[in-house]
Amino acid sequence: MTYGPARALPGDQIRITTNPDTEPFWQAAKEGKLTACQCGDCGHFRMPPTAICPECGSRAKEWPTLPGTATIFSYAICNKNPKNGEDYVYVPVVVDLDGAPGTRLNANVSGCDAEDVHIGMKVSVDWTPIQDGWVLPNFKA
Amino acid sequence: MAWVNQDKCAIVGIGATDYYVRGKSWPRTINDMAAEAIMNACADAGISHKQIDGFSYYSTAGAGYLDKFDTASLMETLGMPHISWSATLTSGGGGCPGAIGLATAGLMNEDCTYTVTLMALQQLPQHRLGVVFGAAAPNPENSFLQPSGLVGPGHLMSVLARRHMHLYGTTQDAFGEVVMATRANTHNRPKAVRKDPLTKEQYDASVMLADPLRRLDFCLETDGAVAVITTTMDRAKDCRHKPAVVHAAAHGGQREWGRAFAWMGMPDPYFASSGHKFTADRVWAQSGLTAKDMDVALIYDHFSPMVLMQLEDYGFCEKGEGNDYVLSGKLRYDPATGKGVNGGVPVNTHGGNLNEAYIIGMTHIVEGVEQVRGTAINQVKDAEFALVSGGPASLPVSSLILRKD
Repeated sequence: MTYGPARALPGDQIRITTNPDTEPFWQAAKEGKLTACQCGDCGHFRMPPTAICPECGSRAKEWPTLPGTATIFSYAICNKNPKNGEDYVYVPVVVDLDGAPGTRLNANVSGCDAEDVHIGMKVSVDWTPIQDGWVLPNFKA
Repeated sequence: MAWVNQDKCAIVGIGATDYYVRGKSWPRTINDMAAEAIMNACADAGISHKQIDGFSYYSTAGAGYLDKFDTASLMETLGMPHISWSATLTSGGGGCPGAIGLATAGLMNEDCTYTVTLMALQQLPQHRLGVVFGAAAPNPENSFLQPSGLVGPGHLMSVLARRHMHLYGTTQDAFGEVVMATRANTHNRPKAVRKDPLTKEQYDASVMLADPLRRLDFCLETDGAVAVITTTMDRAKDCRHKPAVVHAAAHGGQREWGRAFAWMGMPDPYFASSGHKFTADRVWAQSGLTAKDMDVALIYDHFSPMVLMQLEDYGFCEKGEGNDYVLSGKLRYDPATGKGVNGGVPVNTHGGNLNEAYIIGMTHIVEGVEQVRGTAINQVKDAEFALVSGGPASLPVSSLILRKD
């Protein structure tokens, strides 16, 4: 099927909330830094951020700045804006983050036609301002 | 090792309301529909609903996704004098057949004598399941998923289906065959919502909602209620029908699946799976049986690819071979012989969530009971064992093997 250009969903319709475990991720995003939650003791990465390292039980966390590149693990192609039902081609992607083995983000990809998105495709972070002054990591081809 | 509670309990009563297209059950209320289903199930069992002294829920006692059952309210509605068991599995539709295992736990602990498992749902415009994830208020956990616009369960599972296609060469033709094979079982079912035969051309023309999934790959959105009564085998002998014996029941799963498509962190090969492998292994270990011993399989079909992936996880075929298994016609029921086709085990002889009605898995339990009683509309000849699975979703997922008495 032919869909045409993939666009990220409009940031003004997106809202997130945070808690003390997840907020450092979003604060880094505000500064244009893509990070992931890393155990301060054993070095294991986990996303989304949680209170305790599932490998070693440590509460120590680090938030290294990642390269900001990723690989598409899987995706869907959608053609209606979920907020208002209007025609809108967007591609939700699940990506593996470079520099943080085992971690993923769910985002939109833009910068190419939807039908050209493929598993294994390399993408780089593309920041989308959203509600309440937060910034969302999306990706571009 | 055989399960300690094997063949100790049975489902003795099944009851339901009519099935309504989404939203059409109004002005009935949730408790009205739940009470009708419970009373019908008790009548089927030959007991009074006032003998119910246990509630074994799943889906965190959810009634649909926004309403909740409350045992005290149901007692107030139905006049039950006392209850001595009220428990639920957590998460969602994955736990549906596992609730019968929960019922068994209450019965074997001598906490209760007759326990009901039920679901009622009413999808008024503000309660539509189809957009339930997108409509949920943002929270710190779903803030890592919701902004991607994966708003409904079908959108989420399309991402799993895509990965399965990538790894194993699975085709959309196989998803279509799941829908067509099970649609073929509803033409003679008075309560089914979709009864017309489905051609491949009609399937291919179905609108793409979340590529690679079409509207017809998504299950129905329906209203209604279903209840089943479970009791001990000694009491079951005095009920109206032959008991549907609880031969095995398990719920749970492994960390690699975890929150599943509410998370998307599953490593291969779990990502492109149904998340049922752990639980499948448990029911087979409990029973000493395998997929090929099943006479009929009632496989939770919220989305067609998840049927294919469950068939792999339960061992009806090898992992990655679901496409060929499905396309060889092995899901089909042959009314002429009362058996499967091409050596397969008939799947969803009631039409399932895709075609008959979607009551979050309860219709699959009802069909399993009717099959081992020998009273199903599309009766599998000499059916002795029926497998019932819960929805691939956040853990726990679950399954149940019913045996003919």
